[in-house]
Amino acid sequence: MKAAIVVFPGSNCDRDCRVAIERSTGAAVTMIWHQETALPAGLDLIVLPGGFSYGDYLRAGAMAALSPVMAEVRAAAGRGVPVAGVCNGFQILCEAGLLPGALLRNAALKYVCKPVALEVTNLQTRFTAAFGDRREATMTVGNGEGNYFANEATLDRLEGEGRVVFRYRDNPNGSARAIAGIINEGGNVLGIMPHPDRAFEGELGSADGALVFKSAMASA
Amino acid sequence: MFNASEGIRLKATVHVFLKPGVLDVQGKAVENALHGLGWTAVGNVRIGRVIEFDLPGADHAAAEAEVKAMCERLLANPVIEGYRVEVT
Repeated sequence: MKAAIVVFPGSNCDRDCRVAIERSTGAAVTMIWHQETALPAGLDLIVLPGGFSYGDYLRAGAMAALSPVMAEVRAAAGRGVPVAGVCNGFQILCEAGLLPGALLRNAALKYVCKPVALEVTNLQTRFTAAFGDRREATMTVGNGEGNYFANEATLDRLEGEGRVVFRYRDNPNGSARAIAGIINEGGNVLGIMPHPDRAFEGELGSADGALVFKSAMASA
Repeated sequence: MFNASEGIRLKATVHVFLKPGVLDVQGKAVENALHGLGWTAVGNVRIGRVIEFDLPGADHAAAEAEVKAMCERLLANPVIEGYRVEVT
């Protein structure tokens, strides 16, 4: 099993993701600098980690979406390789057009950092299969721009197609329809605002995040 | 695409704002602060950004079209933002 984590200037959860993936799946993890123009062969998972890529210049994720490595990430996603964007990674995937919508400033204008209760709204995805029939999860959010926005037609479509994967029980940032995580049309690209990488073993308060990585690995 | 050749230069000014219907929480907070300072009649405060740059050429219409393409690709996020371009 092989996973790659893309490191942008300003990423700060890249090493957390590495430890989380190694411990929860046993996969060999390669760190990929954003200037790379090739990805290792045979990847089972690509992760875009949280952080403040390019200092959130212009818009969160806007500059990172244009990094050279993103052409490779796009191509891999097109081939069906699982891609998970966490927090800033979610913002990058939206800016790159790999996921619909955008992430606005939090409705209360505050950076929110706390464990949140989530509903796993679709258990039959490549990122949630390991939850079995568990519909509840706890993971920590840490975002200032985690307020998911898309137009009504897009939101209806996401819900209708089962592409809303995680929803907040108590919406911390004003996200449309309390959306915390979505997948693309092909089901192999996940954007999630809460951090699975901060919830991968009991000592962290929750081990539910490990199930996201386990699911993705098992699906590859 | 423009190159860096010398010649007549134009100045582009791009105004980027959240689209109507997208809640501008910063604008709302500033509006509340203005009300608190006594400017109670102020309404519809919107906060955006202004991006300025020079570009070569003398054809305003062509430059404007090019700058609009830049807005669609990078300077604005068309999902949430609208933009206005001036070339002088």
